[in-house]
Amino acid sequence: MRIKSTLENYLFVLPAVAIFLIFYLIPFIWVFQLGMYEWDGILPTKTFVGLSNFKEVLTQDNIWWLSMWNAGYITLIAIIFQNAMAFMLAMACDREIKMKNFFRLVFFIPPVLSEVVVGLVWQWILDGNYGLLNAWLLKMGLPHLVKNWLSDPQTALTTVAVVHCWKGFGWGFLIFLAGLQTIPRELYEAARVDGANAWASFKNITLPLMVPVAILVAILTVLGTMQAFVLIIAMTGGGPAYHTQVPVLRILASMRGSSRFGYACAQGIVFGVVLIIISFVQYRFSKRSRQY
Amino acid sequence: MKSDKYYRGKKAAVNVIIYAFLIAVALTCIFPLLWMFSSSLKTQETIFRDMSLIPKEFHFENYVLAWKQGGFGRNFFNSIVYTSIVVLGIVVVSSLAAYAFSRFTFPGRNLIFYMFMAAMMIPIPGSFVPLYVLLNKLHLRNTAIGYILCMINVGLSTSIFLLKTFFDKMPKELEDAARIDGCSKLGIWRHVALPLAKPVLAVVVVLNALNVWNEYVLALIIFDSKPLMPLQVALMTFQGEFITRYPLLMAGLTITALPIILVYILMQKYIVKGVTQGALVG
Amino acid sequence: MAVKFSGCLRGVSAFSILSLLCLCGCSPTPAENKNSVVIWHWMTDRQPAFEELSRRYEELTGVKVTFELYAPSDAYSQKIRAAAQSVSLPDIFGILGEKRDFSSFVKAGHILDITPYMSADNGKWKNVFFSKALAVNEFSSDNTYGVTPGIYGVPIDITTIQMVYNKKLLKQIGGNPNRPPATLEEFLALGPKIKASGIQGLVSGWGEVWMVDCMANNYAFNVMGKDKVLATIRGDVPYTDPDWIKVFEIFNQMQNSGVLANGLVTMVNKNAEQLFANEKAVFAFNGSWCVNVYKGMNPGLEFGAMLPPAVSSRYPMVIWGGAGSSFMVNARSSRKEEAVKFLRWLTDREQQVFLAEITLNLPANKDSLKKISDVLAQFADDIETSTHPNVWGVSEFPAVVEALDKGIQSIVIGEKTSVQVAEEVQKIKQRELSKKNNK
Repeated sequence: MRIKSTLENYLFVLPAVAIFLIFYLIPFIWVFQLGMYEWDGILPTKTFVGLSNFKEVLTQDNIWWLSMWNAGYITLIAIIFQNAMAFMLAMACDREIKMKNFFRLVFFIPPVLSEVVVGLVWQWILDGNYGLLNAWLLKMGLPHLVKNWLSDPQTALTTVAVVHCWKGFGWGFLIFLAGLQTIPRELYEAARVDGANAWASFKNITLPLMVPVAILVAILTVLGTMQAFVLIIAMTGGGPAYHTQVPVLRILASMRGSSRFGYACAQGIVFGVVLIIISFVQYRFSKRSRQY
Repeated sequence: MKSDKYYRGKKAAVNVIIYAFLIAVALTCIFPLLWMFSSSLKTQETIFRDMSLIPKEFHFENYVLAWKQGGFGRNFFNSIVYTSIVVLGIVVVSSLAAYAFSRFTFPGRNLIFYMFMAAMMIPIPGSFVPLYVLLNKLHLRNTAIGYILCMINVGLSTSIFLLKTFFDKMPKELEDAARIDGCSKLGIWRHVALPLAKPVLAVVVVLNALNVWNEYVLALIIFDSKPLMPLQVALMTFQGEFITRYPLLMAGLTITALPIILVYILMQKYIVKGVTQGALVG
Repeated sequence: MAVKFSGCLRGVSAFSILSLLCLCGCSPTPAENKNSVVIWHWMTDRQPAFEELSRRYEELTGVKVTFELYAPSDAYSQKIRAAAQSVSLPDIFGILGEKRDFSSFVKAGHILDITPYMSADNGKWKNVFFSKALAVNEFSSDNTYGVTPGIYGVPIDITTIQMVYNKKLLKQIGGNPNRPPATLEEFLALGPKIKASGIQGLVSGWGEVWMVDCMANNYAFNVMGKDKVLATIRGDVPYTDPDWIKVFEIFNQMQNSGVLANGLVTMVNKNAEQLFANEKAVFAFNGSWCVNVYKGMNPGLEFGAMLPPAVSSRYPMVIWGGAGSSFMVNARSSRKEEAVKFLRWLTDREQQVFLAEITLNLPANKDSLKKISDVLAQFADDIETSTHPNVWGVSEFPAVVEALDKGIQSIVIGEKTSVQVAEEVQKIKQRELSKKNNK
């Protein structure tokens, strides 16, 4: 009886595990051990180099770590700015019942739009010479703020980060809105009766109950933003110089530009390990904060 | 004591600020959509010269052209089929697995679960080539089944994560009651757990539908024959190496965006409830 | 609500299963017809022309040729590599990449050596082409890639990469619309006038580093001559050599004079093309395909082709040119004879004239220049003076190329000096050389 029951349990996970084993694990192992070869992706022969690819990534590849730093910067902006905006919008939509459905629909348009369109439109807005943003700034009498947003080394990375936030806040908005709507209204009523003003009820009711949601959103944001690259290619090509390079672009460069497939795999593995560490830290932090 | 009028005035002022903020953000979100639509009505010559949102001439024939040249008939159908089957497949497979991870104990349970979690975090660079070689060995390349199985795998980890979190929070009483009534494990899964999980399932549906609908690189590599290609691949042919036929591309993209927005609207009601329970609230 | 959802779910499942069965049922069987040749390509704008040619060929010989389009070119590359891995390449295909990748394909046995066909009948087929077009597809006897010398690809068109100028705008800033600047000095002198008039100077896709590389290389040839450049690649001359620093300085001078457009370093080529087509820029650095692009966006544009203004007269200014697109034959194909025959027909004068007319590209067949437009003819004139990295027989390390190109971007945005960039590039070159020697 016990054996039958255990077998039944395994049957539930069997389809998932089967597909996973075949379509993820096998390619993964292939890629993983490829990290230990020097291969151009075409020749039938590969050269075994042991761990030297990994060593090179970790110690010699300055551009790799620069790209990681850039991705980290974009992710930081995303976590702060994108999620703050998503949260504020969710709070605003929580009270306004009239146009709530309209806003809910509209704010989800950026994630749905194809990257081709997003890249084109934002390039047009941000263009240094003929862009909408600069034209508007001039009209408002702020000529000293006019910049070459995407090619000025000082503004390029931040500009790219902002566009990413724009594209991504839709998911965060949705999740926050849902979270806010589960806070029972009675809590707010009770607080008002006790004489608390808006700020106090926000501080003592809303914030504490939303912390777990915020962390969930943060974890997903980190995973998503660290791996971003399509928009960056469309807007700056990774330039000027190396100012908007990100890890995935480096991996692509190794694969296609330098034809070093093995090295690209090593970079990918290192990247994955870093992501796991970050997620793990975030997850532990969330568990600890929930104990309070 | 501040007068009632003061409070009402203050509230009105705050409302105005909030509305202004919402509308400002909403404008930046709608703008690209409008631009895409209005560009689709221009011609290749005017598309970058005439910068206004409302085109001087309306070239609705771009849509007909895009439909014919983009192979929209067959490829559109393909995309719908692939998306439906993959989403259905993910829903079934991941909910079975997530339910098991949540409710059952069996040796290796945690290990297998963490394996799925790790897969979410480790992207495989250049995974297209090994997948293709694998499919070739299995005689599945250039087949719909091969593509569908690959795409199911892509969405599996995140879906399992979302569903398991929800199942963990679900109260067990209903299931216990069903078990006492003599329901099998599969029956409980089907009649008790799934209906309760509808909200989270809606999230899983939208997430994966969006991913499959917009995917094109894997499709282009796996499929050799045009009749099997999904829509996005057909669209990409408007993006030439040197010449991109922008108005047609925009028309094509507009057509492509519509079904997915439709799915979102349909699933919207469930999503708000769904993410609530899937989220780590409380 | 609950009922609706589960009903909906059931509906979707039924529909899906039916469609799946349907799809499986009508899975197309590959054309195993002995007479059919399959070609994979990426050239979106030529698909209609190709299909027309395929139709004519079938009428002529009864052999069916299928052109399958996979775009964009990035995805096409991946598809070819995946197919190569599983040994399932089509009869004819192209390789988008550098000579190094080309050589790997040859060494892996994927590409048919067509030297015998080319040289037959006293080289009848070979002589049909511009020598530069063929050179890109050839491996010479002293090549450093370890490939058996021979011809492995068939060029179907040629491109050159040089500069174009807007006649009207040039006149506006005080230049001569029929005589564009021929020396760097003249070019730089136009800088202040460009800035004063509010239009942009030179636009190009320098966000895509290979275009920076192209122009840098052009000037390198002009400053120090071909031999020294190749010697540098081989490692015999360092990048810190004064001649190289002179090359880097040119970009600094261009930026300081105001002759480069704003935001040039992150400009995507498609953007650059729009700007030039919409008469917002005086000069552009682009390839001969641009004639077709500009015509599509602004048929009334009056422009001419020119060489990059030379900085020295000791060595000639050399541009990049050669085969634009080439097709290779799959060595393992069961229809390779038919494939070769088709390619031969495709590069015959009549077909090449047809292609040149319809797609506004330069033909690879040197007898097909009669009907091309004036501007295009200007590009064609310069092909004999051109060179191409794929014919040098040596390749620079990719890491060095990247450092050089990104370094020039840094110079243009004023972050680094020419000397700094030269030192950094040389450092990376040393590193790559020592890695290679340690193997």
